[in-house]
Amino acid sequence: MGAQLRVYKRRIRSVTATKKITKAMEMIAASRVVKAQRKVAASTPYATELTRAVTAVGTGSNTKHPLTTEAETATRTAVLLLTSDRGLAGAFNSNAIKAAEQLTARLEAEGKEVDTYVVGRRGLAHYNFRERKVVESWSGFTDEPTYADAKKVAAPLIEAIEKETAEGGVDELHIVYTEFISMMTQTAIDSRLLPLSLEEVAEESKSGKDEILPLFDFEPSAEDVLDALLPRYVESRIYNAMLQSAASKHAATRRAMKSATDNAGDLINSLSRLANAARQAEITQEISEIVGGTAALADATAGSDK
Amino acid sequence: MAAELHVELVAADRSVWSGEATLVVARTTSGDIGVMPGHQPLLGVLESGPVTIRTSDGSTVVAAVHGGFISFADDKLSLLAEIAELSDEIDVQRAERALERAKSEADASAERRADVRLRAVAAR
Repeated sequence: MGAQLRVYKRRIRSVTATKKITKAMEMIAASRVVKAQRKVAASTPYATELTRAVTAVGTGSNTKHPLTTEAETATRTAVLLLTSDRGLAGAFNSNAIKAAEQLTARLEAEGKEVDTYVVGRRGLAHYNFRERKVVESWSGFTDEPTYADAKKVAAPLIEAIEKETAEGGVDELHIVYTEFISMMTQTAIDSRLLPLSLEEVAEESKSGKDEILPLFDFEPSAEDVLDALLPRYVESRIYNAMLQSAASKHAATRRAMKSATDNAGDLINSLSRLANAARQAEITQEISEIVGGTAALADATAGSDK
Repeated sequence: MAAELHVELVAADRSVWSGEATLVVARTTSGDIGVMPGHQPLLGVLESGPVTIRTSDGSTVVAAVHGGFISFADDKLSLLAEIAELSDEIDVQRAERALERAKSEADASAERRADVRLRAVAAR
């Protein structure tokens, strides 16, 4: 076998091995998307019921709560960025990070100090590499977040928002995550979790069906109910965002790995063509060598006969 | 037909139980409360404790809930809990072990959780 041909054969073998790996990753991601989507769906009843309850308290009483009242001059805000632990997901992480950067720039332009909280090693690595301050970070559960993880993330954020701004607390809480729209479309979005605008929440819960909320009897009191309800609401929103982010990550991985597999297939095709051409050229060369050799021999014998 | 109320018992990550019932007893921060069809709209904070649901076919469903809310309106009752388990899902031995461990480690919240589980099983 000629040297050229051997090089092509070797490259084909290595690309085939890579293709097998990406194909396997694609299939794993595809099955995980379905699982993640199911988890999003399973968490929906809790979220809707909670939203209903928050709307009920918010509209059914005149309670003022630090989590629902807007500070007149917000000076410090917290931004929670959800990324993934692992890459190989196309532009998934960089899109989320970009969205967070834009939000940070916008908030800073409004004269607010921004505290960054990061979930996922990728986002943390981005901030660490640029030596930007991250108040707190979590990682290790982004593929399959549980409610306990969401609670863990929400706890310091709720604590920060309940503290006075002068003592290091924050006035607003924004969250940046990747919304799972469909298998093909995931967009990085930012939304303000706190202070809660009750009108917005009410709109959200009413979008499905138009209902008039009855006058509730609060047990023990509207303030206490709201006190207990709002942290849970924040936790459930963070949980939902984490689940959507996980589903988006798996979908992005699936897509990235699918195109990697396709590319590997194309590469194998064109390498096989080149290998075939090399083999053919080798054969042609051998034939012409043989033919040339015989012709030379024939000429030599013809000459000696004379 | 006797009056019924529709119950949804949902945990943060799943829907635990749903169906028709005639009576639901749960523990709020200000004491036990029983809800029957036609009750006044209610929104309350739940304590950790067993919730008893008397279903319309006469059987009883007991669940252990750990914190959460009860909300009732229009004969629809929702019980929201971060963690909720039906009594027949609870592994008694595991709960007992957890209780022992929590006692020895003086972990008050874990002890309460295990205790609620065992009480829910006992009430079955």
